[in-house]
Amino acid sequence: MSEIVLSHIDKYYGANHVLKDVSFTVHEGDFLTLLGPSGCGKTTMLRVIAGLENPQKGTITIDGKEVVNADNAYYMPPSGRGLNLVFQSYALWPHMTVWENVAFVMEVKKTPKKTIDEMVRQALEKMQISQFAQRYPSELSGGQQQRVAIARAIVSQPKLLLLDEPLSNLDAKLRIDMRGELKRLHQELGTTVVYVTHDQVEALTMSTRIAVFFDGVLAQIDTPTNIYSNPASVKIADFIGNPKINFIEAKGEAQSGVLTTKSDVGTLAFERGYHGPEGKLDCLLGIRPEQLEIVEDSPVHGIIKNCQPAGSETLIQVQVGDAQLLLKCIGLTEHLPGQQVSLSLRPESINVFDKASGALIKDSFVTTLRRNQ
Amino acid sequence: MIIVLSYLILIPLFEMVRNSFSLAKVDVKAMKGSHAGQFTLYYWKRLFDSAISMNMFYKPLAHSLVIAAFTSLFGITIGSLIAWLMVRSDLPHKKFFGLVLLIPYMLPSWALALSWNVLFRNTRIGGVPGFLCYLGLDIPDWLAYGPVPIIAVLSIHYYAYSYLLVSAALRSINSEVEEMGEVIGASKTQILRRITFPLVLPAILSALILTFSKAIGTYGVPSMLGLKVGYYTIPTMIHSTVTSSQSGMGYAISLTLIALSAIFIFINQRVIGKRKSYVTMSGKGTRSNPISLGKQKKLILALLYLFVILVVFIPLVLMFYQTFMLKQGNYSFSNLTLHYWIGKGRPDIYEGLDGVLRDTGFFRFLWNTVKLTLFTSIIASFIGQMIGYVNARGRKLRSGRFIEQLSFIPYLIPSIAFGAMYLSMFSKAKTIGPFTFIPSLYGSFALLVLVSVVKHLPFASRSGTSCMLQIGTDLEEAGQIAGAGFFTRFRRIVLPLAKNGFMNGFMLIFISIMKELDLIVLLMSPKQQTLSYLAFWYSAESWTQPSNCIAIVMFLLIFLTHWLSSKFFNADLTGGLGG
Repeated sequence: MSEIVLSHIDKYYGANHVLKDVSFTVHEGDFLTLLGPSGCGKTTMLRVIAGLENPQKGTITIDGKEVVNADNAYYMPPSGRGLNLVFQSYALWPHMTVWENVAFVMEVKKTPKKTIDEMVRQALEKMQISQFAQRYPSELSGGQQQRVAIARAIVSQPKLLLLDEPLSNLDAKLRIDMRGELKRLHQELGTTVVYVTHDQVEALTMSTRIAVFFDGVLAQIDTPTNIYSNPASVKIADFIGNPKINFIEAKGEAQSGVLTTKSDVGTLAFERGYHGPEGKLDCLLGIRPEQLEIVEDSPVHGIIKNCQPAGSETLIQVQVGDAQLLLKCIGLTEHLPGQQVSLSLRPESINVFDKASGALIKDSFVTTLRRNQ
Repeated sequence: MIIVLSYLILIPLFEMVRNSFSLAKVDVKAMKGSHAGQFTLYYWKRLFDSAISMNMFYKPLAHSLVIAAFTSLFGITIGSLIAWLMVRSDLPHKKFFGLVLLIPYMLPSWALALSWNVLFRNTRIGGVPGFLCYLGLDIPDWLAYGPVPIIAVLSIHYYAYSYLLVSAALRSINSEVEEMGEVIGASKTQILRRITFPLVLPAILSALILTFSKAIGTYGVPSMLGLKVGYYTIPTMIHSTVTSSQSGMGYAISLTLIALSAIFIFINQRVIGKRKSYVTMSGKGTRSNPISLGKQKKLILALLYLFVILVVFIPLVLMFYQTFMLKQGNYSFSNLTLHYWIGKGRPDIYEGLDGVLRDTGFFRFLWNTVKLTLFTSIIASFIGQMIGYVNARGRKLRSGRFIEQLSFIPYLIPSIAFGAMYLSMFSKAKTIGPFTFIPSLYGSFALLVLVSVVKHLPFASRSGTSCMLQIGTDLEEAGQIAGAGFFTRFRRIVLPLAKNGFMNGFMLIFISIMKELDLIVLLMSPKQQTLSYLAFWYSAESWTQPSNCIAIVMFLLIFLTHWLSSKFFNADLTGGLGG
């Protein structure tokens, strides 16, 4: 059982407020990703959990045991928290061989030599780097170093594994391989993982849950599907998803739980999922590029601006009224600039945001999964 | 470049070897049926195996080794500890310490010896009593003269090398490497011993070379604190043999000194092995989280203050106070005077010597010093940058490696031996046909500049290399694509970027030459004597006050230059040495 509860964490560097009243829970067996643009405090968050930084306010418990209580200035040292860490730089000890790097972790814990040998051997085998045991880190490629760093982190069988952008120094292909590898490892070991990245594809593909950070504030924590289909605010919607979500300004009016909007894409009625206030309001419609379709006939008309076929998918830019919309269709299609087309929209899949506050006021039902928080 | 370097480095070495094997005129009598210039093993035989070799060679050798070994031990221990405190710990008042901790390095080592003298001199060996003696304390001889004070003074002076080198190394270590140790539960000592120490070991070893070869070749300090009790070291022996026209012997001793240093450095290089420096892996750059000193913080801070007071302030204050004392040995206020600064010469004091600020001789020496220092540091750092450029760009080429090694040789050769080499080479003009192959430069200013430049090339080229390595080739290639020729590229891209590195190298050489005594003591003619020499000469005459005045002036010059250059050019001595 490894559950981490963080409540009301505040962290300052001098006058710089880097974590602002952050509270969340990491469940047993979670693969929780801290996601956000660079400088949003996600690495600091990780270091606070690890015990490398001490927050000025808040408490952290791991398995019901308090490890941080800023009010009493109690900070358990990292080694007591039963976790291990992989740094972005890997932080391999350059003067030790691969074997020594991994074995040192167990040596420090005063494990008998025989057990160490066995555990190191297993860890290296698991990461498929047994053949490099006697090499020095500088003699390995980036991907191999990465495996060593992970082997070193899992050798002590920690209850909690912290990973700080471990894939960002790898090339694109290796990154995809390692993604699969990490996911496999998570399933195999059953360890709780907290993972930091600024790469949303990594976050969406690997995590069981994602925590999105902006400027030291936890903006949303949810499953990848829910984060993608129902981002809690315009900012999150804009950050998540590549190609980016389309925003269309609209005048809305809500009456007895039904929202009607007028915009460049015509009048739309949203019968399900509206949870905003009654009356008139300015809104933003959020439409994912893959939710738009070019069809034979529909009330929404547009002009093709350009068309970018990329093999497995095609991106098409369409002008509808004053709005520029991006469409994504699977496979190759050809359209000529200037061509007139009709677009189909499904109101149930569209997100609607309050323009003033940026908050989500209408959920989408594109997937069968429901929001659970 | 290779030719010039060979000419300036290899030929003097060769000349010295040759001179040590050829009979000088004065020694012709000693060997029957010989003539001057004949090949002889006379000097070597005399040195290693004769009635006087015990006193002339083996004893000084033992003394030198003892001094060098202990100086390295203490200097490196102190320097590394301080470096760790300054770079990695949360020690308070770092700015202040950063400024004062380098002061012992800016003071000439003989000036430190002088203040040691002032503090500990006793009446038994002669001369006026020192300060502690004046207070009524009985100072034993071993504390006043001989190996203990020599080692103490040299350690205080040379810990700066370890401090600079180790701080540079520590700074380049990504602190995540240490944090990783913390995460897995290693204790602070385990982290220090198993992770940090092995990583800075290369820096410590190169500090060892530097300290050892400097300490073994140093002349000023052992001559001030050793000669009075007959404690000779190799450098003082070289000086006394060369100046008493036994050059052959002197050269032979010098060669053994060179061989010794070379062996030492060779062993050292083998130990460092192929993993010469650990390239810290790239990542988010080096973030550095200071390690908390915890409860010991106050104690450590107090100790460090004590250290600073002992090695920085007491010597400085004493020296300064001394300059106002009319009569040596009388520390009461009634004895204070400005005589030695601005007084007119009085026949009853030091042969009517004028106060230093009134003395025209002083200003001539000052001018000589400034001239030599500026010329040399500018030329040497410029050449250093060029060599650095060749090194950095031509690491793979054979010529690049050769130049790197060649410019490294003067590093192996102790200063005094290097001076002896140049003395032997340039004392007489050598002509081959119509060409003056080697001009007679003895007694000329050019020779002093030449020897100083060449001797400081290793420093200069090291800082040049580290500076040039930081300038990516792509920056230059971008210029190349834009159509800039080599010279345009060097002038418009490389030089502006190298400006800071240039200043670092410049400062390093500037400080070193300003204080230089060992290197040029054999080569100076009366006309070009420098402040160092003047002060040294005064102190040899036991004219302590004027000698201290000069030391203070020199210190102020160095300190000011350092302050200005770090203020306006962001020069950083650590940057100059590391790389």
